[in-house]
Amino acid sequence: MPSKYRSPVLDRRSFVKIVSTALGSMMAAIIGLPAIQYFISPALTKTVADEWISLGSIDNYPMDIPTMFNFTLRKVNGWEKSSMSYGAFVLRKEGEDPVVFSDICTHLSCRVGWDDEINQFYCPCHAAFFDQLGNVISGPPPRPLDQYEIKLEGDQLFIHLREG
Amino acid sequence: MAENIFSWLDERLGLKTIYDSILDRKVPKVNWWFTLGSATLFLGVMQGITGILLSVYYVPTPDHAYDSITFIMTGVQFGWLIRGMHHWGASLIIMTAFIHMLRVIFYGAYKYPREVTWITGVILLICALGMGFTGYLLPWNQRSYWATTVGTEIAGTVPWMGDFLLRTLRGGSDLSALTLSRFFSLHIWIFPAIILTVVFTHLYLVIRLGISNIPDQDS
Repeated sequence: MPSKYRSPVLDRRSFVKIVSTALGSMMAAIIGLPAIQYFISPALTKTVADEWISLGSIDNYPMDIPTMFNFTLRKVNGWEKSSMSYGAFVLRKEGEDPVVFSDICTHLSCRVGWDDEINQFYCPCHAAFFDQLGNVISGPPPRPLDQYEIKLEGDQLFIHLREG
Repeated sequence: MAENIFSWLDERLGLKTIYDSILDRKVPKVNWWFTLGSATLFLGVMQGITGILLSVYYVPTPDHAYDSITFIMTGVQFGWLIRGMHHWGASLIIMTAFIHMLRVIFYGAYKYPREVTWITGVILLICALGMGFTGYLLPWNQRSYWATTVGTEIAGTVPWMGDFLLRTLRGGSDLSALTLSRFFSLHIWIFPAIILTVVFTHLYLVIRLGISNIPDQDS
């Protein structure tokens, strides 16, 4: 190449290096940044639930024994319409408002059961035990069982389900 | 510091040698038609990246395939972009690969000692068409369903073994969930595994033998 065409500051090789690095980074960014957003976007959309669930007549539930009530809620996750199942324990005491516990263990969200013989809630995953009022007796849970907000209309019992 | 780390690694891995033999190798004076191999490689890498990303949401079953793609297009941010790139890249890569092949034919670049490079290239083109054929079914919409019906039916017209080929492609006599899942498997595992192996052979040969001159009047 005649010297009058030669740049005094940049030789051909460095020019090509700079241009390919710049173009390469641009292309990587164009695909890379949307890819990150693409991957995490379902994590950013919250499925909200806020409704009152009817648990039927309060007279169906015995005194002093936490009694399981199962219900399902239809939800849409991605393209899938699915029925999520929930469990609630209703505890009635003479002369007091009923208490309704969530069956979700406060440790790592396994489902707790009620054991009549020892009169305790237990979670089989990590050997957690709760007393009749949901307080932790032993095991790893950090707090008592969660309670639903309740509402009584006549003898009809409702709980308030809130998520998201 | 960075230089020290580099020379420590280079002494053990021979990075400079790799760089020199891939990027600083000697090439004859060539023209723009010689960029199509690299263009095809670039598109192939993009198909790989966008394809892996699509597999985050796509589900290869008749009851979810279509819905999962609708979800990618409307429910996921930039899903349209990722799928769009995969969709258009698929057509483009066939074009670049084909024109790349035409250049090799017209310049006689397939001749001694590059016959094996040519053969591996042909295998790659067939695999690319296979990727196109199998990928076309995956959206599981009317067009892909009937295109695959016709495509497998064409395989069925082969003398003697046609029926066997058709049934093997479909995984039975009908287009079904089995067809979808085997096309999916071919599309994301079997063809990519073959392509990866053959691409490395192809590139190794290009680097080992160098690329050919543009033929002049004497040749």
